[in-house]
Amino acid sequence: MSDLLKITIDNITVEVPAGTTILNAARQIGGEVAPPAMCYYSKLADSGGKCRTCLVEVSKGSEKDPRPMPKLVASCRTTVMDGMEVKNITSPKVIDARNGVVEFLLINHPLDCPVCDQAGECDLQDLGYNHGKEGTRYEFKRRTFHKVDLGDYIQLHMTRCIMCFRCVFVADQLTEKREHGILDRGDHAQIATLIEKNLHNDFIGNVIDVCPVGALTDKTFRFKNRVWFTKPVDAHRNCSNPKCCGEAQLWMRGDEVFRVTARKDEWGEVKEASNGKTGWICNTCRFETKKAIDWTIEGPSVVNRHSVISQGHYVGVIKPTETFNAVMKGRDPKLLMDIHDESEVNKPNIDLSVLDRPAHSTDFN
Amino acid sequence: MSKKLLLEKAHVENIRLYDVYRREGGYRSVEKALKTMSPEAIVEEVKKSGLRGRGGAGFPAGMKWSFIAKPEGVPRHLVVNADESEPGTFKDRYLMEFLPHLLLEGMIVSSFALGSNVSYIYIRGEYAWITDILEQAIDEAKANGWLGKNILGSGFDCEIYVQRGAGAYICGEETALIESLEGKRGNPRIKPPFPAVQGLWKRPTVVNNVETITAVVPIINDGGDEYAKIGVGKSTGTKLISACGNINKPGVYEIDMTISVEEFIYSDEWCGGIANGKKLKACIPGGSSVPILPANLLLKTAKGETRLMNYESLADGGFATGSMMGSGGFIVLDEDQCIVKNTFTLARFYRHESCGQCSPCREGTGWMEKILWSIETGKGKKSDIDLLWDIQRKIEGNTICPLGDAAAWPVAAAIRHFRDEFEWHVDNPQESQIRNFGLAHYADEIHIPA
Repeated sequence: MSDLLKITIDNITVEVPAGTTILNAARQIGGEVAPPAMCYYSKLADSGGKCRTCLVEVSKGSEKDPRPMPKLVASCRTTVMDGMEVKNITSPKVIDARNGVVEFLLINHPLDCPVCDQAGECDLQDLGYNHGKEGTRYEFKRRTFHKVDLGDYIQLHMTRCIMCFRCVFVADQLTEKREHGILDRGDHAQIATLIEKNLHNDFIGNVIDVCPVGALTDKTFRFKNRVWFTKPVDAHRNCSNPKCCGEAQLWMRGDEVFRVTARKDEWGEVKEASNGKTGWICNTCRFETKKAIDWTIEGPSVVNRHSVISQGHYVGVIKPTETFNAVMKGRDPKLLMDIHDESEVNKPNIDLSVLDRPAHSTDFN
Repeated sequence: MSKKLLLEKAHVENIRLYDVYRREGGYRSVEKALKTMSPEAIVEEVKKSGLRGRGGAGFPAGMKWSFIAKPEGVPRHLVVNADESEPGTFKDRYLMEFLPHLLLEGMIVSSFALGSNVSYIYIRGEYAWITDILEQAIDEAKANGWLGKNILGSGFDCEIYVQRGAGAYICGEETALIESLEGKRGNPRIKPPFPAVQGLWKRPTVVNNVETITAVVPIINDGGDEYAKIGVGKSTGTKLISACGNINKPGVYEIDMTISVEEFIYSDEWCGGIANGKKLKACIPGGSSVPILPANLLLKTAKGETRLMNYESLADGGFATGSMMGSGGFIVLDEDQCIVKNTFTLARFYRHESCGQCSPCREGTGWMEKILWSIETGKGKKSDIDLLWDIQRKIEGNTICPLGDAAAWPVAAAIRHFRDEFEWHVDNPQESQIRNFGLAHYADEIHIPA
């Protein structure tokens, strides 16, 4: 018997080494066959199994024991057996359950994407577009929290949190000492430091990268720009921290570096660095090295063309040359206004995060 | 009067004390097991007895014991689950409060069978006074040589520790219990690996209910075959039922699983009928998480057979027309009880007790509670009932641990059997605030097509 196990996912067969999870096998196939994952993070041990978006149906357990599994299983925590047959997008049961999970994740989410820094690179946004419905059946007040400052660099926005536990694993596995955790339980559970205090650890900035939503955001980048207006470039520097890989992605606009993050692969997880380290970066690289001169820029990052970040980054795009009047064929526009100014979206005194429902245009006047 | 195995001596004065317990024949099974039997023989005996887990799932205990991994040089553990938090269930409290030595006796024998030198009792935080009772009993047992090093000269060492939880329902789930016992947050683990392979401190662990462990004592004393003769079919032995609700005699009863539900409710030996001469409307036969049944389906199965108080008969008809034995919390509702309010109360409980780890349960339980509250207070809509059904369907089976199922089943069963009552609440928002729907046809004889 060879060491490779055969697994068929949505009628596509791949061979994977023993101990691989169904999710990772599906990622080898790629595309739509790979189930979405909100809490699983391949670089963090013990993560996964919590969000239930990656549920799949196992229609044949293995070659030896062909019985199907009675329930849908979390593909990120179920290991492959030889001859296993899995249905992901070909199973109506899976699609139904996944839609349900997405609905559950969204009922207490504020949907304040217009003012959220994560918008454009948010896993929940992608998931919502793929599986969500346009309306909500939830008619009650949403759970809200006040924003919490976790030191000079990180802000916690519990209202947006989907309880993936990734940040807890980062603190456990990358830093010396974990200073935050989960308080309470059920739908009033929250990420907290108990007594409000700062997160000090050197690698704690990585919680921002692993957060699938905008619950943990970079304070040095907050409201400075939208991610799709910035251009990501790969860069590296000689970091003195031995654990830091020194390879990062700079999010630039013109010559200005707006943000520094770890480099991410197509599944939104940090990449392996070329020096063999996992691509986590230290706080100094992330928050304090924000001049292009500090970095050796390698070139533009490869961005998936479906990502909003890639918009406007194509070569050969023809920009409109006509003036506004030419487009209107000489007619005067009836109403011309700056919508941001008019709707007062940028009004700083409205704290959208404490709204207990989705933000609405009426909130701005 | 049926035979009592566990509660036989419960009313002997001062049975809580070691001297009295020993005089009444206590610790005989330890002598028998440690001196004359091998661990494998004990497991075999428990298998033969057909003893099923008394915590709710009803998994055969002997089978569970035989699954425990036995790697060289790795200690194994027995953990007794005394985190009895299911609303309506209070049988373990009774056992531990009056017969602490019976539990210790069962634990010593079981620890010997499983090779556990350090065993734990994980007790619910609210049972503070029982912790004291158990610790006193452990001290007495230790002083008399039933615990510690080289028990009865057999070379077997055993220590028992009592650990109090912090009052979370979720810690009754075996992997959450193990996490909590390790000193972590009580979140259920993702299975596999099962505790029998990797449990407490990554060592093979068996987690059993208090009643299951105490039932080992009569099995060893009288033999597994003798135990298997009691009861019917796969429901062997005796079962403790904690009866509560609108009945004349609430309390803990030991039954031998051959009596009918009707007899159990109306006989003076057991519940003594419905209080105040009211009529039976519905019943939750196995603790709050099992499906509720209306009176007609409770007393007779859909096939027209008399329903008996045992695992198979209560589950007859699946969830469509049956329920479950569960943990034996028998909650009786009379004609004045409002099913919507009852369901809301249960939904509120599960919302409060959800650990918050996986999304369907964390968000779904809160949503169901809110919808039920609006129906109960007369603000509901007809579509809310379908929405509830859809939510529970999406929670059930999609969660890490059975709490999601436990939260979904009561809501599903209430809508399945009492939909007209929900609709009445929606249609008569004002009237529903002053009076209850009443009995309707729930107590009528069921029509069985020939």
